[in-house]
Amino acid sequence: MFPSQFDYHRAASVAEAVELLSSLPDAKLVAGGHSLIPAMKLRAAQPSALVDIGRIPGLSDVSRDGDSLVIGALATHAAVADSAAVRGGCPMLAETAAAIGDIQVRNRGTIGGSLAHADPGADYPAAMLALGAEVTAVGAGGERTIAASDFFVDILTTALADNEVITSVRVPCAAGGAYLKHRHPASSYAVVGVAACVGMDGGNVGSCAIGINGVTGKAVLADAAAAALCGGPADADRIAAAAARVGDAFDEPLGDLYASGEFRAHLAGVYTKRALALAAERAG
Amino acid sequence: MRHRVCLTVNGKAEEFDVEPRLLLCHLLRAYVGLTGTNIGCDTSQCGSCTVLMDGKAVKSCTVLAVQADGSEVTTIEGLAGADGLHSVQQSFWDNHGLQCGFCTPGMIMTAVEILDRNPDASDADVRHGLEGNICRCTGYENIVKSIVAAGARQS
Amino acid sequence: MGRYVGTSVKRVEDPRFIQGKGRYVANIQFPDMVYVAIKRSPEAHARITRIDTSAAAAMDGVVAVFTGQDFKDGGCGSLPCGWLVPDTKVPDRPIVVTDRVCHVGDSVAVVAARTPYIAADAVEAIEVDYEPLPTVVDARGAMDEGAPLVHAEIEDNVSYHWALGDQEACDKAFAEADEVVEVELVNQRLIPTAMEPRAAAAQWDAASEEMTVWTTSQNPHPIRLLLSAFTLGIPESKLRVISPDVGGGFGSKIFHYPEEVIVPWVAREVGRPARWVATRTESQMTDSQGRDHVTVAKLAMTSDGAFTGLDVETWANQGAYLSTFAPLIPTALYITLLSGNYKMPGVFGKVHGTLTNTVPVDAYRGAGRPEAAYLVERLVDLAATRLGRDPLDLRRQNAIPKEDFPYQTPVAFLYDSGDYDRLMTTAADRADYAGMRQAQAEARAEGKLRGVGVVCCIEASGPAPSAVAGSLGSAVGFWESGEVRVHPTGQVSVFTGSHAHGQGHETTLAQVVADELGVPIESVEVVHGDTGRVNFGMGTYGSRSACVGGSALVRSAEKVRAKVLRIGAHLLEAAEEDVVYDRDTGRVHVKGSPDSGKDFGELAFAAYTAHNLPEGMEPGLDFVSFYDPANFTFPASSHICEVEVCSDTWEVRILRYVAVDDVGKVINPMIVEGQLQGGIVQGVGQALTEIGAYSDDGQLLSGTLLEYAVPRADLLPGIEVDRIETPSPHNPLGVKGAGEMGTIAATPVVANAVLDALAPLGVTHIELPLTPERIWRAVQAAGNGA
Repeated sequence: MFPSQFDYHRAASVAEAVELLSSLPDAKLVAGGHSLIPAMKLRAAQPSALVDIGRIPGLSDVSRDGDSLVIGALATHAAVADSAAVRGGCPMLAETAAAIGDIQVRNRGTIGGSLAHADPGADYPAAMLALGAEVTAVGAGGERTIAASDFFVDILTTALADNEVITSVRVPCAAGGAYLKHRHPASSYAVVGVAACVGMDGGNVGSCAIGINGVTGKAVLADAAAAALCGGPADADRIAAAAARVGDAFDEPLGDLYASGEFRAHLAGVYTKRALALAAERAG
Repeated sequence: MRHRVCLTVNGKAEEFDVEPRLLLCHLLRAYVGLTGTNIGCDTSQCGSCTVLMDGKAVKSCTVLAVQADGSEVTTIEGLAGADGLHSVQQSFWDNHGLQCGFCTPGMIMTAVEILDRNPDASDADVRHGLEGNICRCTGYENIVKSIVAAGARQS
Repeated sequence: MGRYVGTSVKRVEDPRFIQGKGRYVANIQFPDMVYVAIKRSPEAHARITRIDTSAAAAMDGVVAVFTGQDFKDGGCGSLPCGWLVPDTKVPDRPIVVTDRVCHVGDSVAVVAARTPYIAADAVEAIEVDYEPLPTVVDARGAMDEGAPLVHAEIEDNVSYHWALGDQEACDKAFAEADEVVEVELVNQRLIPTAMEPRAAAAQWDAASEEMTVWTTSQNPHPIRLLLSAFTLGIPESKLRVISPDVGGGFGSKIFHYPEEVIVPWVAREVGRPARWVATRTESQMTDSQGRDHVTVAKLAMTSDGAFTGLDVETWANQGAYLSTFAPLIPTALYITLLSGNYKMPGVFGKVHGTLTNTVPVDAYRGAGRPEAAYLVERLVDLAATRLGRDPLDLRRQNAIPKEDFPYQTPVAFLYDSGDYDRLMTTAADRADYAGMRQAQAEARAEGKLRGVGVVCCIEASGPAPSAVAGSLGSAVGFWESGEVRVHPTGQVSVFTGSHAHGQGHETTLAQVVADELGVPIESVEVVHGDTGRVNFGMGTYGSRSACVGGSALVRSAEKVRAKVLRIGAHLLEAAEEDVVYDRDTGRVHVKGSPDSGKDFGELAFAAYTAHNLPEGMEPGLDFVSFYDPANFTFPASSHICEVEVCSDTWEVRILRYVAVDDVGKVINPMIVEGQLQGGIVQGVGQALTEIGAYSDDGQLLSGTLLEYAVPRADLLPGIEVDRIETPSPHNPLGVKGAGEMGTIAATPVVANAVLDALAPLGVTHIELPLTPERIWRAVQAAGNGA
């Protein structure tokens, strides 16, 4: 309940944050703090310093840019869920944000923080993968863009360098998307979360992507399942056949007291089926 | 290293000299003496410590006091106006929305946000809206009733 | 009936809670207070080979660091067990261990510091070396040959064996049975999880040698007694224990805990007020836990469905030490309830209380009775399946008929009153049971897994006749005290030994006394939870406050009325038999002339001026009664639940929940309904989400609220509550306990509904909680791949 001691620095700019992170050993970034502070209260995380980027101006904007949405790293889950631009351009992203935690958590937690923490039970990663989002980060070497598929490296591990700061996420708009989640009854994390994107080409599925979190240490794309759906109609049989392929995406499913890896893999199939059906329906 | 934090708590501006690790809930309870904000867990699950920060419900156990610098915080003690109880407080009393009272401040503060977002919240909306709050006494039945009734009164 | 009893008076305690003015122990703060934190064992069983507190002690802001030896040398006695069945083996339970830890969370060292943050730093800085020892966690496995011993001196890890019932009649029933159904089941461990974590604070007055202890207890007087006689050694006359507002208990705050000794001991040692507040994680690993039975049982019956015998063997996990009332729960509160609501001549049960490397187990809401109800009600459903009978119909056939009350069961209890058939038919009507079955048939035809559960459950509440408790192993009596003090102005202070931690006693007991005296409820104040103000009390658990505490107040109010009547007659210059005490108005007047009487206030004032009292009467108007109940009371319930199990995620969705309860006369319907609703959701939690799980090496796997799934608001769609009333014949209020009935009935009714839903798939048993994965696996095991 009582974090150990640390120094606190409030960064006025991204450049200052990068500089602080580069100069302070064991420093951590904090924005909303809803991944980090709970870990610090249990003393599972004991950073020597926090660099607070929560007040850097311009990082919380959510806007439409052509066929994409640009979400500032400091946009809260509530802001994303409530954003008219997001709901209009990418309903699945709003759905994902609304599925995170609870009202109080959504009011504080940020998209940048959630992605950087890369919790296996987090909700955003599956959506980012399925949507083909790009993470923009600034580090000592300047700004770079990281594809979501390259971003999630392992459990609680991303492609970010220690002194890199996520500034925004660019998410392609997609009408035909759905995020469905099996919520852990205690923690509210995703036991399984499936983000499905379906693009129709006439009466057939022209494109499909399926991101899954909760099952393995990092969120994954179920490419075999997605490929199986393409090239034909999104009918129940084809969706079921595609969903049956999700297991290919899991190396080592994680288990806990509530759900074993085996059961998570089973649930992933079920939720994939449902998410694909809903995404296809939305794709029209 | 200590930091100066300025907060407006229940309408009153105050300054505090704090360690960066001090949680907002502890600042409210130990420094301001507002013990209505209860602490029921240490993993941000129970919602007992919910307060309004700049008008939004947050779990004060998961906010560092230094992060709250410059904010307006409303606790259960500051919810009612000069004219008596806030309509949500009144509704909890009228509908037996509490038993031991420990989760109640957090429930009421969360209810304020639920109704702020949707005064016509249905029974199911309220049950969903309370996903971040735990009550062990009431079975939620009368909490839900209290919040729906308060919404009906507001709208 | 009076003006208040039977009506839903709004709670007088609420204004402070809804405005954030609750007076919880964690809110107590003194300027020079030290904050206590406790080093907890991460090991389930280990020898301590080294403790180094030097780094902690040297930290800035640390006031003192203590180890187990300090407490031992400082005069602290071990924690006693207050309920011993014959030949109970009681392991020593020190306040802080010295050489060996026996469960995760066992206390190893204590820090006092200037702030709780520094105290947490110091706890982390204490170095402890552990030499791990083999562990045992399973109730039945603890008795296996070669199982590691939790305490070397306690053979086979058996604390006690206990049995009750008519074994001969039981054997005969099985020998002659047409049908027998058997079950082996686990009643899983639960973590009570009152929302307020436990806490204690203390202030020592060195000049007067008086100690005040604030503690989150359901029963401050017994805690004072134990502190004085066993653990802290301060005379009761110098020790004041206060349990102010307590944020829920559910049994977990009955018991005497090490921290209640540690905090006052530290306060005296460092000469400053001290406070300890558990973190949630600390509470989950140190609050006594509940249930944890493994049971093998069988039910005998005739071919036409009459139950004839029940044979039960249970292994009850008591944890690493015996908590204050631990042996009571699986004995006199469990085996005694195995007859359920049914006529069964041959009931016999035996229990083995075993010790394991887990947190101690004691009463948790229902305490023994839910374990019995779950077992009996599962067996009845299995019997219905075996016989091809409707489960409601089979229950009605076997229910004790109302004309048989009082009813003597084969397992000691004499049920006071009841009408189980009406209870069940009321529930069936309210739920439209026939319609539910019809809807179920239609849903099944569509391939849906729809189930209907029905139960009829019994509870023994309002403990207990003291002599009976004593004969069963109790070290204390279970009467209650109630004082009615009428002030000279006619205002009334009521002092009760019961303790409210959510139950609303300040309202309901005021309703009772206001009606007894005929005074406005606003003039009645209820005082509880303070040994400095209430003369004595046994506290609140076992749904006893109205039955026993309320009855004590009725007795005192009767004494007040009798004295007021005498004073009134004297002042009205009439014979006592010619005046009446009007309980609607509190006035005493001459029979037939209500206008020429004396007000309650006038008569109270006269009692204190004592200018003109009847010959020989003492002044004052203040009476205490100690009420020892003649029997337990026996609430009953019939609940019906409709569920649907999702055939791919295997989630259970509750569609409807109907509860009809008989808790005797009802003082405040709003409060009683609230008790039932809350109890029901806790019972549903056991059925669907909650489990206190340990790994084989004794690690608590659900030690935080990230793992332990307390029900949330969306677990149920709502609860429909109704009731019938069969008054208890042996207490003056006619009341029975209302606090636990909901919990007792809810677990089996949900389990029955889910298993009914899964019946077409060939599933007959799944251990609780019925999580999606457990259902999925059971369906697969039954040969239905999914």
